[in-house]
Amino acid sequence: MIDVKELLRELREEPYEKIIIRAPHSGKVEFVTGDVGAQVVGPSGTWKEKPGTLLVRLEREKNKKPIFAPQKGEVMALASLDNGRFVQAGEELMTIRHYLTREEVIARILRRSLSLFPAPEKGKYYFVPDVDIKVKTKGSQTVHVEEGMELFILSRMKRETAVRYVGPAGIIYAVYFESNDSVDRDSPLIGVCPENQLGQIQEVVRRVQTDWEERD
Amino acid sequence: MDIEKRIQELRDRLKYIQDIFGPDDNSNVAMLEAKLGEYVAREPGLPKQEAVRQLKTLEELFSFLERKLERDLKPMNKVRIVRHPQRICLKDILENVYDNYTEIGGQDDYSIDPSMLIARAYITRRRGKKTHNQAVMVIGQEKGHGQEFRNGGSVKPWGNAKALHYMKVAETENIPIHTYVFTPGSYPIEDYPGAAQQIARNLYEMAGLKVPVVAVISEGGSGGAEAIGLADTRIMMSHGYYSVISPEGAAAIEGRLRGGQRAEPKLIERCAEQLKITADDNRAMGYVDWKISEPDLGARPEHYDFFRKLRKSVIASTDEIVLNVRGLRLFRAIALKRRKGADVYVRWNLDARAKERLVWMRYMKYRKMAQDAYLDKRHWLSRGSESVGELLTSLYSYFRYDLFGKQHKKVTELAEDVHAEMQVVVGRSSRYWNALMSKLPFTKNKSDVNKEGLTSLSAWDDGEQNNGKWQYVSPQAKQDRAVTCPNAAVHGCLDQWAPDLFGEWAGVCSFCGHHFPMEYQWYLHNIFDPGSIYEVFSEIESANPLKFDGFDLKLDEAKRKTGHKCGCMTFEARIQGTAVMVALFMGAFRGGSVGAAEGEKFIRAMERARKKQLPFLSYVHGTAGIRIQEGVNGVIQMPRCTMAVRRYTEAGGLYLVLYDTNSYAGPVASFLGCSPYQFAVRSANIGFAGPGVIKETTGMDIPPNYHNAFQALSRGHIQGIWDRREIRDNLVQSLQTMGGRNLYYR
Repeated sequence: MIDVKELLRELREEPYEKIIIRAPHSGKVEFVTGDVGAQVVGPSGTWKEKPGTLLVRLEREKNKKPIFAPQKGEVMALASLDNGRFVQAGEELMTIRHYLTREEVIARILRRSLSLFPAPEKGKYYFVPDVDIKVKTKGSQTVHVEEGMELFILSRMKRETAVRYVGPAGIIYAVYFESNDSVDRDSPLIGVCPENQLGQIQEVVRRVQTDWEERD
Repeated sequence: MDIEKRIQELRDRLKYIQDIFGPDDNSNVAMLEAKLGEYVAREPGLPKQEAVRQLKTLEELFSFLERKLERDLKPMNKVRIVRHPQRICLKDILENVYDNYTEIGGQDDYSIDPSMLIARAYITRRRGKKTHNQAVMVIGQEKGHGQEFRNGGSVKPWGNAKALHYMKVAETENIPIHTYVFTPGSYPIEDYPGAAQQIARNLYEMAGLKVPVVAVISEGGSGGAEAIGLADTRIMMSHGYYSVISPEGAAAIEGRLRGGQRAEPKLIERCAEQLKITADDNRAMGYVDWKISEPDLGARPEHYDFFRKLRKSVIASTDEIVLNVRGLRLFRAIALKRRKGADVYVRWNLDARAKERLVWMRYMKYRKMAQDAYLDKRHWLSRGSESVGELLTSLYSYFRYDLFGKQHKKVTELAEDVHAEMQVVVGRSSRYWNALMSKLPFTKNKSDVNKEGLTSLSAWDDGEQNNGKWQYVSPQAKQDRAVTCPNAAVHGCLDQWAPDLFGEWAGVCSFCGHHFPMEYQWYLHNIFDPGSIYEVFSEIESANPLKFDGFDLKLDEAKRKTGHKCGCMTFEARIQGTAVMVALFMGAFRGGSVGAAEGEKFIRAMERARKKQLPFLSYVHGTAGIRIQEGVNGVIQMPRCTMAVRRYTEAGGLYLVLYDTNSYAGPVASFLGCSPYQFAVRSANIGFAGPGVIKETTGMDIPPNYHNAFQALSRGHIQGIWDRREIRDNLVQSLQTMGGRNLYYR
């Protein structure tokens, strides 16, 4: 079991995620966004169809290709390159600091502290009926799981297969899938937490909810 | 009468006036407000008689100033009048103009589309001792008084489909149709049957309706209005507007605003004035037949006199239409002409001959419209010679196809039948005869058919397409640069070198098949037979009929840039020897927008194709819609061109449409959308309203691929998607399969 408090301390020390922008291919670089500290936004729109802030243009064979910010944040560091310098593919261009939001911090803590059960193959997943009723009426945290327990129904191509739970015993703390959505292989379905640690995790989440300061 | 009640009435009147003149500074409105305020403050202290007397004076002042304000009305005030929740709506008209009605297929929001209201109504007339009940089909947009679920009279495609259905019912029942246009524009939804496609279908069917149609326009917003507005007589309410676009929309385009920015009120006001949207303007331009005067500051539900006047007008218009096409009309037609609203009894059903005449007169009415809205700078001699040429072609066409052609067809068909009959008789005995003959030593075996060609699989022809032997190569191919496919992020297409991409590969991404836009010249040279293009009507020129500010300069610029006088190029050409008539709408000329000149050229080309019995191809290299700077002169091209298409198709013509790049709005919703055979070049976008307009009007975000050709295909808008490199072959194939045995004409 991971030390949650230690993790939280780490996160507080570095409350952001570093995103390194690298040159996708070789070419002449031209920086567009301002200096260190400049604010950038990520893609927006219902379908993420509107690109984020234009960071860099990379020109290869008279083809200026734009590189947009993948996340909201601020420019943390710029490579010491002059405009017009030739860069190789993979070379570091700039670093963006994305400040973590409350939800992202909680998700990180949970992912690290819970034992995740991944989807064994691609398909739609449902809880078995009695678990499903429990989850829907009383919430997932009332469900105790043990290794070998029949927990999910995998539905794919008009056939339904029972999936048994593998992993440490505990209660289902988080559910990462929605009924009727197709889940990719190896993406987590549930996060399980040993019963004796439930209180601790809940405490940490509560503290994050109240104490974490979000930065724009 | 109770003083309180009368004060409340005055408050309502003031509120209405303030709504209409809202943002303008008007001293009369301010005065009314002050006087009413003063009176309300003073009234409790006044003796009863004095209070009544002063109130009466105040009411008179209201009436007086309302009359005065009426004279101050600007187009934008009229726009606010028609949009006001107190404006009369179709339900009020049904209650007050008709004697009895039954609403069909709708009860408030329980309807397939509550903004389209259909009613079967009666008009009762007494002549002498006899009572005549005359049935009509009433169709129109219903806004209700501030009813949210009716979308403010913006009709969804299925609402227009409902209207069309009941127009057909009226045709079957042989009763006239009265339509009431109360719409700011159609709802830009693209689900089946598609906003544009449904309007196109409506226009096509209305062009041939065999019953009288009278349209009354209060708020006529572009495509939505046309969907039910193609009528034999159009009456317009004096405070209504009829326009290609809302003044706000025009201002947004003129001010080049993007992303939901608001235009300045001044600019909106100026656009409203320049668009010439009022009843007087439309009457002067000939797009409406009558104007019906409304009470001061617009008709509201309590103006019963107005409804009486409206009733007289619609009855008289219907009478007039019927008498004009009927054999026996004698004095009644004269009486009607003399005095609008003369109450004479006319039976409203038509016989077969009158129906034919009605459709023909409707066509001629629209054919004559917008003749002053384009330029034709030719000398009268050359115009005369063209008329003579047309006459000769008509004569030739008559002898060749009508007189001789029909007999020829009959003889051929008879000969075919006889031949087929003979085969049955001869076939049986000839089998024995052939078997016998083949056994004789001196007969030769006739097996020189190309067995390999018939039995082996067809292979990709590496010859012409792949070796860069296009007749025309895009100038983009001369640039030494690499190009990134827009689908690179999804499909991982590698960068392509421009000379390869635009030269050899005809602008098609060799990884994902994305079609980069190509110039229209590419199509001219690579699809039609070399040297076969013969341009016609090139002298017709786009003009600025509304004297729209700065539009002359923009037009000159477009003319200089493209070397064409308008956005439509009409020509005769051949594809693998088959002659076709083509109308090409080029995106480079003011976004491929359609105005009076383009419409006129299109109609003339259609007529020429009909006379010369040629198949017709509309190649839409791109169209942004109707040219807003021409106002109604542009909108009217929608019914005009559609009628020409109908006339051509009914005469037996084959009409194909091919969309490329982006095609939107008016043209797609009329003369392009009504073709039964529409195809798109891959990566084209087809739709009714662009994403910006949809966001603006409905507040909905639309997915990035909403208008993509594949979506259009799945909605049933188009019938197929073609690869650019195969357009020539596909066109030949289509002409052969859809055109039938005679290749081009049924």
